[in-house]
Amino acid sequence: MNRDRTLPILGAILLALVVAGPLLPKWVLFLVTIALAKGLVALGLLLLLRAGLMSFGQALYYCIGAYAAGALGRLFNIGDMLLQMVVGALVAALVAFVLGFLLARYRGIFFGLLSLALSMILYGLLVKSEALGSTDGFNILRSTIFGIRPVENWVRYVVVIVGCVVAFFATALVYRYLNTPLGRLAPAIKDNEIRVEYMGTSVRNAIHVIYVIAGALAGIGGALAATTVGHIDPDMAYWTTSGEFIFITILAGTGSVIAPFLGALIFGIIQTVAYNVSPNTWQMTLGTALLLVIVFLPDGLWSLFRRRKVA
Amino acid sequence: LDQIPAVIVDGIFYAAWLFVAAVGMTLIYGVMKIVNITHGSFYALGAYAAASFTGAWFAHGYPPMLSYAVLLASAVIITLVFAPLIERGILRFMYAKDESVILLITYALFLILEDVIKLIWGVDPYFIAQPYGLLGSFDVAGLSYPTYNLILVGIAIVSGAGLTLLLRGTRIGKLLRTVIHDPETSRAMGINVGRFYLITFTFGSMLAAIGGAFTAPTVSVVPGLGVEVVVLAFAVVVIGGLGSLPGAALGAIIVGLVRSAAIHYAPQVELFVIYFVMALVLAFRPRGLFSLAEPRRI
Repeated sequence: MNRDRTLPILGAILLALVVAGPLLPKWVLFLVTIALAKGLVALGLLLLLRAGLMSFGQALYYCIGAYAAGALGRLFNIGDMLLQMVVGALVAALVAFVLGFLLARYRGIFFGLLSLALSMILYGLLVKSEALGSTDGFNILRSTIFGIRPVENWVRYVVVIVGCVVAFFATALVYRYLNTPLGRLAPAIKDNEIRVEYMGTSVRNAIHVIYVIAGALAGIGGALAATTVGHIDPDMAYWTTSGEFIFITILAGTGSVIAPFLGALIFGIIQTVAYNVSPNTWQMTLGTALLLVIVFLPDGLWSLFRRRKVA
Repeated sequence: LDQIPAVIVDGIFYAAWLFVAAVGMTLIYGVMKIVNITHGSFYALGAYAAASFTGAWFAHGYPPMLSYAVLLASAVIITLVFAPLIERGILRFMYAKDESVILLITYALFLILEDVIKLIWGVDPYFIAQPYGLLGSFDVAGLSYPTYNLILVGIAIVSGAGLTLLLRGTRIGKLLRTVIHDPETSRAMGINVGRFYLITFTFGSMLAAIGGAFTAPTVSVVPGLGVEVVVLAFAVVVIGGLGSLPGAALGAIIVGLVRSAAIHYAPQVELFVIYFVMALVLAFRPRGLFSLAEPRRI
């Protein structure tokens, strides 16, 4: 296990990006930022998955985060990246807190289906609300940081770095959380809920906490994606978006808090490369990759690293 | 208020479509415990096959009235090509896995099939409007409706009643119910469970393809056709109760009427209400309206 070195590794990746960032072409920076955004959502799914729960509607919070960032610009004319992510996280966490009372009672396929229904409700609302641009969505303000607009050539770089720093702190917090008694409870819940209850802990509360954290992470991811792309639309809440997040989580595995980001990056690379090579078969490539991982690496790509360590 | 007849007629048409699109999903879940996302792929496959075959049928100038048989035949043929391949080739090795994992596997297959469709039929839209206009129209309360819509109502009734009779009244139905109840014991008693799974998957997928084939004349057949059907079928099936036939019928009627009422009275909530009903049912009766009370597992 490389548990103890998780944070140093993350720090090293962050440092490497800061140094190498100016040298990388813009499309790579874009890819990395989107991977960060999706990785944050997948990190939340990882927490849920550790407790044995699979959400088919995490796009709900991704979309909420993005629209919260958009609303900041519309209502208060604020385009500050950090503020967008903070507000995205808070709004998403608030919604997750409320819905958590309902969802924490569900397990297995019903948890998944209910979260799917909730995300589709948001989609149904957004598609028909003309004030928010219906199916077209709307553009959000150009990204600024601390009230300053970075020079045009450096925008991508600044967004990546800010995203990285936020993702670093979020991941570090999640990492710390996983080592608390509450965090260690998740695998126990997955194994045997009744025993956990007999030991005097409320499973429902534990799941509620996890659900709120996962929602907040997805909110940050949504806001980051919004400021990177500069445009948001209801498809961010559609079930196929949720499918992508689950895809990333399964691809990466739940072995480490770094895994979701790695998974998101690989997902982005497959998508970009496969799309450029043959635009009509990129989904096939993704589907095949997912099938292969489920069959041959049920613990995800991360298990490759661990196995090598053992050997 | 004077819109009520229109709401009901539209609701029935929509419910019939929903039922045909969703009943296969509930059948497959009921027997195999698979929440099957490829259901949407089969819907799309049926629509594309119908567009190709029926298009060719009209291009050759064959009798137009027989085109309805061609619609049906194309759905059957395309399912017989793909469904056994998927079930025998991939799914049967996965039955031991967790429900959520199998769902992911069908999601992966769904992604693959989306592109298979693009590879076979390209990305350009197909139109086969002829069968739609052929039957003329009829009037209800002063509004005119295409007679074609009645075909789907007929298919819904025939498939629903047929499945119920099959399950309740025949030897095969009895055996199938045994398999549903306890696959392990059924196997020990000498029932070929694998074959039942194969037949169920093929037949359930065929119903989706038939739904797609008979919808093809009313829409333009484009890539991504099956994506929306998946969630709608989910909603219908979940409202009625996963794996319940009368549940699927009830779910289809509820969603059909609710949506058509929304379209007439409050168009901006059209999509929202469907999933709102789904969430409501899940919140109060997670196992659907047609389920028996089950003891809490934890």
